[in-house]
Amino acid sequence: MSPSATASERTKPVPSDGHTVLALSNVTKTYPGTPPVHAIRGVDLDIRSGELVSIVGPSGSGKSTLLHIIGTLDRATSGAVAVAGYDVDDLNDRQLSSLRSRHIGFVFQQFFLLAGETALDNVADGLLYTGMPLDRRRALAERALDQVGLGHRMSHEATKLSGGERQRVAIARALIGSPDIILADEPTGNLDSKSGEDVVRLIEDLNADGTTIVVITHDHAIAARFPRRVSLLDGGVVEDTRPVQSEGLR
Amino acid sequence: MKTPLEPSRLAPADMMRASLIGLRTRRLRSILSGLGIVIGIAAMVGVLGLSESSKSDLLAQLDQLGTNMLRIEAGSGIGIGTGELPEDSTVMVSRVGPVEQVASISETGANVYRTDLVPEGQTGGITVKAVDENLLATLQGQMASGIFLDEAASDLPVVVLGSVAAERLGVTDGAGGTVVWLGDEWFSVVGVMDTLDLSPDLDRAALVSYSTAEEFLDHGGVPSTIYVRSDPDDIDAVRSVLPATVNPESPDEVEVTRPSDALEAKEAADQAFTNLLLGLGAVALLVGGVGIANVMVISVLERRGEIGLRRALGATKGHISIQFLGESLILATLGGLGGVALGSAVTAAYAWSQGWGILIPMVAVVGGISAALIIGVIAGLYPAMRAARVSPTEALRTL
Repeated sequence: MSPSATASERTKPVPSDGHTVLALSNVTKTYPGTPPVHAIRGVDLDIRSGELVSIVGPSGSGKSTLLHIIGTLDRATSGAVAVAGYDVDDLNDRQLSSLRSRHIGFVFQQFFLLAGETALDNVADGLLYTGMPLDRRRALAERALDQVGLGHRMSHEATKLSGGERQRVAIARALIGSPDIILADEPTGNLDSKSGEDVVRLIEDLNADGTTIVVITHDHAIAARFPRRVSLLDGGVVEDTRPVQSEGLR
Repeated sequence: MKTPLEPSRLAPADMMRASLIGLRTRRLRSILSGLGIVIGIAAMVGVLGLSESSKSDLLAQLDQLGTNMLRIEAGSGIGIGTGELPEDSTVMVSRVGPVEQVASISETGANVYRTDLVPEGQTGGITVKAVDENLLATLQGQMASGIFLDEAASDLPVVVLGSVAAERLGVTDGAGGTVVWLGDEWFSVVGVMDTLDLSPDLDRAALVSYSTAEEFLDHGGVPSTIYVRSDPDDIDAVRSVLPATVNPESPDEVEVTRPSDALEAKEAADQAFTNLLLGLGAVALLVGGVGIANVMVISVLERRGEIGLRRALGATKGHISIQFLGESLILATLGGLGGVALGSAVTAAYAWSQGWGILIPMVAVVGGISAALIIGVIAGLYPAMRAARVSPTEALRTL
């Protein structure tokens, strides 16, 4: 892998501390039908704390299905999935919800911000289902908005911000609870190139501060900027460029 | 293995906020869908309030007038009789055991005028009746002014006017010593009666005593109507023996009625009308409920993305269904409160315009809000279940 000059300047790959936040072992996902659709075929993936990973592949390669399985929004047909040390197979639906509320952050291509709410409250909603009182969530949301450079937009209605700002609000929402892993599904897909670039930089900065992030994209240029790239094709991993720096430590 | 996961939790205040999002962001639609409930509840509260207000009026009236009074009349018409009762019928009736009071009325055929200059044809529809001096007591009537006929005045040319008769003759004060032209004599008005609800024909009559009628009007005193107060427990028994007592020869010519039945029939008719309106209110409520359910189903479809997001943020299916159920409940409750307010306002305004006491029954208020709550739950149940069943992966693929 040869990251672009900008990315290598900005990205200081944080050496993984060795603790695995995500482990997939021989995971398959098959949708019933005639013939059955094998969306994911025998994927092994191990992501450690502090990594910035892109999962790249063309449309239909199984990226989204993989994201849903990693994000525990969907279950694998076979194989083992462990997120933040919890074996997903052992957890029921309610426990999976709980796992998502505390350990996984999501960023979506469509932002999914709630209309009629301020940026601050949208970010505070990141911890809505932890039962934390609103004032404490707002305090954390302020910090997260500062972190994404939107300290001046807190009381603006989130859905009226520019595209790039909206995605940054969504990133702050994913960030607020300091989850073990942030999953970003095509985070630049709805943005112009300038805003997209800002978001990619933000992701790199957050990773530099220690956040583990998995970015799903079909854009090879973006994927190439991240320290590790996992390429998918027809539901299987065809390339995994785990950087040398993060290997062998502990 | 790690420490056990703490369950997802949604604080009650946050649950409320989540349920209000849909209402806040789709205000017009929320108001319109809540309107059905407002109208339904308002109709029910209004109908109950109005019927209670008028019923309390009527019941108080019935209570005051009593239901133990019977009215005996001679049947009239071809082949039935002369319109007169046998001469001694009053005495006969008073001998019936449970009878407490008897008072008779006789038509004199005379007319009464304000002065002797009024043309004979302008009777004003006022009849002159000879009556027993205990008539007012038997009818449990009241004097508006002056006094009723008594022993002292039994031979004098004095007259007591019914409320309508007094008005038509322009007599405002019964105690003022006004004179009227009755028969061929000047009569002094000694009293004006209040409206008699159980015998409205007396409102349009001028009353003189039997002895006065005999002396000044040359009237014989055969009764045409007899009012009877009986022991309330034996009223049916008394009623059944009266025709034969009054006229043993031809009991068929005697008609016995209970005047309070008319008021009760009016009350029953009001009740039937109230039930009909309540039914209409219930239909409006049902339609309102269907409206809410419809809007909620659409809302669930529109907000799949939000549902997906919430599941990603850690909401359980239960949290999602409670959010939508809460939304439906809030909508219906607001509709219910609005309906109670509107219904009460309408009741108050109408009762005020009718001069009734304003009575908004608690049962209507509590019932109205409870009905709204129940409808909110029923209308929200299916959409809430649907929302909970939305697959997060499907939901996140939308847009």
